[in-house]
Amino acid sequence: MSDHIVKSYDRDLENMGRHISEMGGLAEKMLADSMEALIGLDSTLAHRVIAADQRLDALHSEIEESAVLTIARRQPLAVDLRECIAAIRISGDIERIGDLAKNIAKRTLKIVSELQVSRAAVGLRSMHEIAATQLKDSLDAYALRDIDRARMVWETDADLDALEDSVFRDLLTFMMEDPRNITFCTHLLFCSKNLERIGDHTTNIAETVVYLVTGETFPGERPKGRGVNYVEEAGEGAQ
Amino acid sequence: MTNAFNVTKPHPVKVSVRGLNFYYGSSHALKSVSLPLNENKVTAFIGPSGCGKSTLLRVLNRMYDLYPGHRAEGEVLLDGENILDPAIDVNALRARVGMVFQKPTPFPMSIYDNIAFGIKLYEKLPVAELDVRVEQALRGAALWDEVKDKLHTSGLGLSGGQQQRLCIARSVAVQPEVILFDEPCSALDPISTAKVEELIEELAEEYTIAIVTHNMQQAVRVSDYTAFMYLGELIEFGQTDDIFNKPAEKRTLDYITGRFG
Repeated sequence: MSDHIVKSYDRDLENMGRHISEMGGLAEKMLADSMEALIGLDSTLAHRVIAADQRLDALHSEIEESAVLTIARRQPLAVDLRECIAAIRISGDIERIGDLAKNIAKRTLKIVSELQVSRAAVGLRSMHEIAATQLKDSLDAYALRDIDRARMVWETDADLDALEDSVFRDLLTFMMEDPRNITFCTHLLFCSKNLERIGDHTTNIAETVVYLVTGETFPGERPKGRGVNYVEEAGEGAQ
Repeated sequence: MTNAFNVTKPHPVKVSVRGLNFYYGSSHALKSVSLPLNENKVTAFIGPSGCGKSTLLRVLNRMYDLYPGHRAEGEVLLDGENILDPAIDVNALRARVGMVFQKPTPFPMSIYDNIAFGIKLYEKLPVAELDVRVEQALRGAALWDEVKDKLHTSGLGLSGGQQQRLCIARSVAVQPEVILFDEPCSALDPISTAKVEELIEELAEEYTIAIVTHNMQQAVRVSDYTAFMYLGELIEFGQTDDIFNKPAEKRTLDYITGRFG
């Protein structure tokens, strides 16, 4: 697209985009490190992930502020307005992804001294692979304004949901096998939920990319991976 | 699934511009412009200087007749009647299609007479009735409360914003059907602008309105439909929400986002 007549307007928008790329890179690294720390029970790395979240939060505030200022200064319309709204939304999603990775790191610190079930983390690795790919694809979709890639992220999130379900069942089995596994496995259960939520945030980013490019939202509900939600299932059992 | 509620009824058209060409001497200022002005709706004309938007506005009440060498071809149907027809009574037309200009143009007379002057041109009313009409017009232009105690002082003593609302009251006084606004707020401060914009929204309940504006945000705020013009051509016409959110034409997008070179 051609440049604005006012050059500083282009610079404002470019800066927002650049900051989002930086946030995305940071969040990807935090997610990878948090999983490495969890699998390897590496508390030094876990501490590093927790510390990295500060920079992510600072970038998030910066982007929000500059989007608000751009709206106030330039009164953007059409795609420019959507750029600002998308920057606010996407930076919010990435910031949440960082929080969830940080939470995995915090849980790692809690379980290093617990009885460990090495088999229990296998499913989480697969979840992480999908979540990391989703995150990368959603960020690429944003950088390239690629709605096909965004649609792919939106559609494949169902796989992550399905995997979370199977991880839940595995962990339940380990807990039933030996109650001493309960603390360790419960923390892993929360980690799997975090990964599933990271997937949700990547689909939010994908939806925002489609809105940014087309001005429209995805029609209908996102495909879900679960036949029956396990929470509902557990709820029914309790009645 | 289709049901009766999903079918949107086309809005009644008050003015229909069809294949309009306009010439200032040999200069071709409007090129085959066709668009509707929907009844009781606000239509904004936007575009860079010299694109023909003010010219189009001036055709709608035959203002161009005042200048020799100006010529319009095509059709402008007001309730189905072609107002470009040379046989039409231009004075009666201008009572039906009022106009408010960029700069406030009060007459050098009292506030009351500013309003009564127009009415007297078209109707002979007893004084009591004239008083009522003047009050109605001033109320319609949201000016009554500010001037009711000084109706017989000069209109020129009012502030810029009040003068502009006085001009709007003058248009409203002759009970028009269409009101044309040619950049009505460009000489006003933000508060007066807000008052005029509020007024335009209210006036749309009774009148069909066309407004030329250079202020994009104003077009977004006040209009239901927007026409984007460039070099005498109508590039895009549509609902304001669509034009300013996802215009179909790249030239429209470039203009509204400030990318026009």
